[in-house]
Amino acid sequence: MKVGVVTFPGSLDDGDARRAVTLAGGEAVALWHADADLRGVDAVVLPGGFSYGDYLRCGAIARFAPVMSEVVRAAEGGMPVLGICNGFQVLCESHLLPGALVRNDHQKFVCTDQRLRVEQTGTAWTSSFTAGQEITIPLKNGEGGFVADAATLDRLEGEGRVVFRYLDGNPNGSLRDIAGISNERGNVVGLMPHPEHAVEELFGPGLDGLGLFTSVLSAGLGAIA
Amino acid sequence: MSTALDTVTRAADTPDHPQPWKDLGLKADEYERIREILDRRPTGAELAMYSVMWSEHCSYKSSKVHLRTFGDHVTEAMQEHLMVGIGENAGVVDIGQGWAVTFKVESHNHPSYIEPYQGAATGVGGIIRDIMAMGARPIAVMDSLRFGAIDHPDTARVVPGVVSGVGGYGNCIGLPNIGGEVVFDPTYQGNPLVNALCVGALKHEDLHLANARGVGNLVVLFGARTGGDGIGGVSVLASETFDATGPSKRPAVQVGDPFQEKVLIECCLELFHAGLVEGIQDLGGAGLSCATSELASAGDGGMLIHLDRVPLRDPSLSPEEILMSESQERMMAVVTPANVEAFLAVTAKWDVEAAVLGEVTDGEHLVVQWHGETVVDVPPRTVAHDGPVYQRPYARPESQDALQADTPDRLPRPGTDEELRATLLRMAGSPNLSSRAWVTDQYDRYVMGGTALATPDDAGVVRVDEETNLGVALSLDGNGRFTRLDPRTGAALSLAEAYRNVAAAGARPLAVTDCLNFGSPEDPGVMWQFAEAVQGLAVACEELGVPVTGGNVSLYNQTGDDGLNSAVLPTPVIGVLGVLDDVRRRTPSGWREAGQSVFLLGTTRDELGGSEWAWAEHGHLGGLPPALDLQHEKLLADVLVQCSRDGLVDAAHDLSDGGLAQALTESVLRYGVGVRVGLDELLDRDGIDAFTALFSESAGRAIVSVPREEEVRFTDMCTARGLAHLRIGVTDTGDDGQASLDVQGRFSVPVAELREAHAATLPRHFG
Repeated sequence: MKVGVVTFPGSLDDGDARRAVTLAGGEAVALWHADADLRGVDAVVLPGGFSYGDYLRCGAIARFAPVMSEVVRAAEGGMPVLGICNGFQVLCESHLLPGALVRNDHQKFVCTDQRLRVEQTGTAWTSSFTAGQEITIPLKNGEGGFVADAATLDRLEGEGRVVFRYLDGNPNGSLRDIAGISNERGNVVGLMPHPEHAVEELFGPGLDGLGLFTSVLSAGLGAIA
Repeated sequence: MSTALDTVTRAADTPDHPQPWKDLGLKADEYERIREILDRRPTGAELAMYSVMWSEHCSYKSSKVHLRTFGDHVTEAMQEHLMVGIGENAGVVDIGQGWAVTFKVESHNHPSYIEPYQGAATGVGGIIRDIMAMGARPIAVMDSLRFGAIDHPDTARVVPGVVSGVGGYGNCIGLPNIGGEVVFDPTYQGNPLVNALCVGALKHEDLHLANARGVGNLVVLFGARTGGDGIGGVSVLASETFDATGPSKRPAVQVGDPFQEKVLIECCLELFHAGLVEGIQDLGGAGLSCATSELASAGDGGMLIHLDRVPLRDPSLSPEEILMSESQERMMAVVTPANVEAFLAVTAKWDVEAAVLGEVTDGEHLVVQWHGETVVDVPPRTVAHDGPVYQRPYARPESQDALQADTPDRLPRPGTDEELRATLLRMAGSPNLSSRAWVTDQYDRYVMGGTALATPDDAGVVRVDEETNLGVALSLDGNGRFTRLDPRTGAALSLAEAYRNVAAAGARPLAVTDCLNFGSPEDPGVMWQFAEAVQGLAVACEELGVPVTGGNVSLYNQTGDDGLNSAVLPTPVIGVLGVLDDVRRRTPSGWREAGQSVFLLGTTRDELGGSEWAWAEHGHLGGLPPALDLQHEKLLADVLVQCSRDGLVDAAHDLSDGGLAQALTESVLRYGVGVRVGLDELLDRDGIDAFTALFSESAGRAIVSVPREEEVRFTDMCTARGLAHLRIGVTDTGDDGQASLDVQGRFSVPVAELREAHAATLPRHFG
């Protein structure tokens, strides 16, 4: 199964996301922001970083990259799409996911090993987890506070679209401790923490991040079978 | 423009035209020397180039005669792994398997005081470009920071700005920050030290050097546009030459754009891999003046530059300002005519602006033209390398004897067990020993996925080769107080600490980079500190067999003219690089399991001169620093490296600031596993009391935790190698999970209480 990882100018964790796909058993395909071409991939990861320097607003310029029109089209057709950190911001800017990410409430960048609860295992990216599973993966952001209006938050909660929630303290002021959400169909997931940094023993806090990548691979295999 | 362009012809015709050499920082004899070299007065553009290239920062005119000492102490054996030594943008070390690494530490002290965020950010950006210029991919950064008193109001301005500047640049460019130091001392109040280190990796065949060879090859400037930032003293010259409507008073602190630099890294690496670059140089201090004169003088000597082709952010800039601008994120490459089209295609792919400025020429002159008229015509070596060299007077200050005689012996020491306990807790929360997490949590340590260790471990460890897990360890250490008490020993102690830290992480130390931060070279006492420190370092490097491969000197870290009293503590910051054939064998500093034996390696003497205890508890600085035995340091390092290779220890932590008490505190707090320690045997063996055992800062020591099944092998090895070792305790998770740091028969501190004391200090001061 082929998983594409988009590189925007200023993407930083694209190599890490490709490594995570490979370690999970998939085939990682590098996608270039300026090419409106998904190169036949079965799923897409929008990686962390500072696309276009995060100038104007995080993710605001990246959404207009030629590759994004293809990503949006594919996502609307049901292709699994994962946005990590800056990728989550791009998904919100592209209106594939509701809400927005704002500056951390304490005004500082934060890098920490973050405890999370997996709230929803019915998405393309979380089927390998058990409901309520508690995991630890790195969090690193300056603008990771998830916000949306109360009605949107209620709808996300009611429809089971809160996928990850922060445990042991809210690191950035996200409303209702929300760390990650999905679209209605569950094929598009965005989260602030970085599962691709927890896929190899000794190079990160553990292996808890691998589950997102094995989930999408097993979903892909299911589809093929 | 109100006056005519100051061309070479005009300069020859108007020998008596007054020039602002003094305002540009040149001395009368230096200006005369320029006139001799050129056999005429310099043009304004030439004067600008000489003034900035002959500045202390670029020419090392005060330090050069002493820095030669490093060369005198390099043996053939030390050069075995050295591919490029001092003199290039950064040293390059062979780490085996066809890989090399390049690393360097550099200061950005003065700008960081004026504008903490941009000063620190561009310090990080500048050192990264030095590493790129060697053909390497940068793989990690570190930072060594020194600030004034923690409770001084201005410290609250400087610290958050510097930390977010280091983080803002490093995080956005995507390099893991794997360690460094943060130190508070009142001498740094008006002179914070911001030293940044970058390490990069390359395959041997990708090594690039900064030279311009091959007549007809093209000189290409690429990256950010050139603006008016960082011009500094040259604005004086601009205002002399132009009327008031022209640009004046440029901001002297540069402004960084990490996004531009991230794109520049990827662009450069693609250019290197496609074989499109003959020579390359980054643009840092002194901008185009430095890049053109250094490239030309390291090559064949001749170069023609059309300065009007430089892409500008501000079209009103004068030729002088363009030559001096320190706008960030720019590189200069030498490219063959056959490759230039492919070169420009790669820069276009990355949306990086590039301009062919000129070419390598016959002859030995660097010629710069402005719209067809020659404004610079100089032998480039005279700009880049033939600057003045000063034999500054130096003398051991008379006050040094009194300082050394004022030993900490007179200071009251904690006598009871309860006082020892309270001292340990206060020390764990003192400004220099408390948790640095408030700083390091603002840095991304995970990006690139190769970080095997980072602060608070002893050294940062990153993987270089994903196939084989070959990697490097780095530690950056300085000790201004030890160096103040005895510059020669103090500098060597700083080296020994970094060397020990790298070995504690399991890596074989290979090479050294240094950033020498001192006060004014015009003060003989400061020059004595400098000369002594360099001697101490050079000799210690030779004895440890690790060569200095590069670094930087920062002088004039001084406010006021009260001699040594207004200078910063003499602060050589030393980076040691080590290699691990397999980073998965790296040794962390914290304990993860109960029931492991804790051994203390090395011996403890009553050595509290310059210690953290004397400073934090009594505000005292006097006496002599701890004694240093470099052969013992070597032995200790060998044993620690062997322990890693053979899997004999699960954790190792060096003893330095704060002594055994602090090392135990840190190893406990890393993962919350406690320890039961018995001191009696140690007190008997070393003839010391419990206070000395806990707080002395004797060098050459480390604690290790050894799994029970390896204990016999471990002690046999130490005995065979003749290394003093003593089992002082056992790791313990405590009853009901209530772990503690327990000094048996004396006192016990629950982990939670210890953590609170250690963690609260920096957030309390900086929010």
